Amino acid sequence: MQIELRDIRKTFGSVQANAGISLRIASTAIQGILGENGAGKSTLMKILSGFILPDSGDILLDGARVVIHSPADAIRQGIGMLHQDPLDFPPMRILDNFILGKPGGVFPDRRKAAREFRELAGQFDFSLDADAFVDTLTVGERQQLEILRLLWFGARVLILDEPTTGISQPQKEKLFATLQRLASQGMAIVFVSHKLEDVELLCSTVAVLRQGMLVGTAEPPYDTKSLVRMMFERDVSFTGKTALQPGKPILSLRGVSLEALRLQIIDVSFEARAGEVIGLAGMEGSGQSVLLSACAGLVRPVAGTVRLGDTDVTGLSYHAFMKHGVAYLPAARLEKGLVAGLSLTDHFVLSEGTGSVFIDRRRAADVAADRICTFNIKGSPSHPVESLSGGNQQRMLLALLKESLSLILLEHPTRGLDIESTLYIWGKLRERCARGAAIVFISADLDEVLQYSDRVLVFFSGRISPPLPGAGLTVEQLGGLIGGKGWDSLAGVAHG
Amino acid sequence: MGKARASNAFLQVGAIVVAILLTTLVLLAAKAPPLAAYANIVLGAVGSWDVAANVLVSWVPLLLATAGLLITFTAGLWNIGIEGQITLGAIFTTWMLRGLQTSGIDPSLIIPLSIVAGMAGGALWALLAGALKTFGGVNEIFGGLGLNFVASALNLWLIFGPWKRPGVASMSGTVPFAPSLWLPTISAQSRLSPAALLLALCAIVVVYMLLQGTHFGLRLKAVGKNPNAAYLLGVPTWQHMMTSFALCGIFAGLAGAVQVTSVYHRLIPSISSGYGYLGLMVAMLAGFRAALVAPVALFFAALNVGSIQLPIVLRQDSSLAGVLQGTLVLFVLLAQGLRQRLAGRG
Repeated sequence: MQIELRDIRKTFGSVQANAGISLRIASTAIQGILGENGAGKSTLMKILSGFILPDSGDILLDGARVVIHSPADAIRQGIGMLHQDPLDFPPMRILDNFILGKPGGVFPDRRKAAREFRELAGQFDFSLDADAFVDTLTVGERQQLEILRLLWFGARVLILDEPTTGISQPQKEKLFATLQRLASQGMAIVFVSHKLEDVELLCSTVAVLRQGMLVGTAEPPYDTKSLVRMMFERDVSFTGKTALQPGKPILSLRGVSLEALRLQIIDVSFEARAGEVIGLAGMEGSGQSVLLSACAGLVRPVAGTVRLGDTDVTGLSYHAFMKHGVAYLPAARLEKGLVAGLSLTDHFVLSEGTGSVFIDRRRAADVAADRICTFNIKGSPSHPVESLSGGNQQRMLLALLKESLSLILLEHPTRGLDIESTLYIWGKLRERCARGAAIVFISADLDEVLQYSDRVLVFFSGRISPPLPGAGLTVEQLGGLIGGKGWDSLAGVAHG
Repeated sequence: MGKARASNAFLQVGAIVVAILLTTLVLLAAKAPPLAAYANIVLGAVGSWDVAANVLVSWVPLLLATAGLLITFTAGLWNIGIEGQITLGAIFTTWMLRGLQTSGIDPSLIIPLSIVAGMAGGALWALLAGALKTFGGVNEIFGGLGLNFVASALNLWLIFGPWKRPGVASMSGTVPFAPSLWLPTISAQSRLSPAALLLALCAIVVVYMLLQGTHFGLRLKAVGKNPNAAYLLGVPTWQHMMTSFALCGIFAGLAGAVQVTSVYHRLIPSISSGYGYLGLMVAMLAGFRAALVAPVALFFAALNVGSIQLPIVLRQDSSLAGVLQGTLVLFVLLAQGLRQRLAGRG
């Protein structure tokens, strides 16, 4: 089936996720979609698979204009989406998952379904046992199940979102062979990824998105450099960093290994020193969050040691880390950082800790008024914290930080904030550095990483680069590393 | 703001009107004259000093249970197990009274001791539900429900086994204690104990102050509203949940102790009398606000006592109070849900 997208636009609040994207995907094509975080890939795929409706623009399937109202509608029209996290039901059997969602009366014909499942699985040389439970499968096998199900439902377009994350090399090879075979049978494949190598290996054509727009296309043979440039090109130039006077180490990780849901981080060592800012760069889900959580004591390492100053804190809880002057600010401000339903003043009382049984309301009001003023928070002390705008919520989180901190860990400190708030927040964070704190932060925004980091750690599928000095780093270098290119040349970089 | 408050009040009043209308329909379906029925309930609750005193007797355990539930609700916990906690309070109180009744210790010491034992029993049972949740991953609703059954089985086993009356065991409970071990009441006939009433009023005031004015109360609120954020803000989350279970259990145990020492003077099979479940409804109807709990609980107690008249006068079942209480809670919650939907849309 041939797909044509004409001038697709979608706005979320003030953010233009898709700003007029037009793209034609031929049947038999394997269309790669590249772009950094927030470039608009997910939005476009969600529109194509019926999760959201575009604000304007047309979708044409085989030349006919269609409106896709829901994911179920999409599959009826032949568009199947394979999500990064398979949408299956782990406690159920494979066959039940296979049948689920298929219209067909009250009593599904299990025997017929089972026969068709085996035929289909045989065609692609997938060895899946229809009676096994889904929770015994690997991510790659769950993907295979999902592909079979979508094919059985009559999908003629297959959209895959980051399908090579968390699967083994042989599974990846099998997946690619399957996709190539499906394309040759006349299906259209849309392959969304940030892994340049996979895209270059598989795709017959590539479209690159940046800031909600289609900025270029490419055909094989691919030129990695030009793909990276298209993905990450910037107008701004960065002021070079002055070389840092290294302070004493505040946080040191030695040979730390971590296990997360879909990735493993093996043998990481690095130090954060007083007064320095370390940026963690990489596509979302490449291991940054897990490592940052481990630095906060929220995730326990499976091997290695974590030290704060001279104290070994390996395996201790976040509250023990807090006593050593660690603070962790999560990305989900309202979900994990603040308590919706409590007022600003309540938050200050909570973070101050307890010196007495009863709350000193007058003192609390003074503290609240003082902090709200110092941190320029636009909100009233008695209002619930969820009434604040995103920028003010982030200021609020900063205002809640204790006076004496040695290590501040931040997840996406300025995500979704306007430029004024961003500058303000980094101003405040730098004040902390000047007073001797170390900062480790995650950002999906390359500008932010390059602008504020003294050193950068790059993440790719759980692999972590040695600390790279921020001063010498270019957008191209960083973009390539994030896409999985240029890692071999890193071997020479000294551990710092 | 003013408009929102007006529509809010309108919805609340509407909910009460609808609840009364529905109860009226039930009455009509049962071929009972609605007005006479309501009049009888009112008379049955305030018609004489005796019935009014009975309302207060019923108010005491309801107030105690609801006071405890406010603490667990604040921590975001549904302590369904409160029925069992009341029962365990009654069992521990009875156990202490039985143990000390022939010891020669002064009754003025035995009674407080046995009440404290009841509080400990309630706390123990609540901590079990809490431990199941914290360390075993069992939802407190399921754990509490299971523990309720265990508690009532334990109660029946004691009444029909080790603590049975001499001769033949009976549904009417264990042998009544000597009057010297009763909590003093306002008159010989009445079961209203000023001490119990005072304890219940103190309980709700203490809970109000705990939740409004203390660091513990604020931290509990934070845990209830967002345990993740509370943890990151430095609040030890599970410790606060366990403490809230224990505190609720203490109040529930006290309710059980009062039932034994001032109302029944013995252990009976239905010693908790459903006050725990009723307390859940009172807390919901009061919107989990301590200041509203006392009047709402008094109203529910009045409905319970008032409807006792119905079988006698109108040959209607006294469960009509339950119908009215249940529909009231349902419609008030429905009104709150509607309000939120309207607010969400606007």
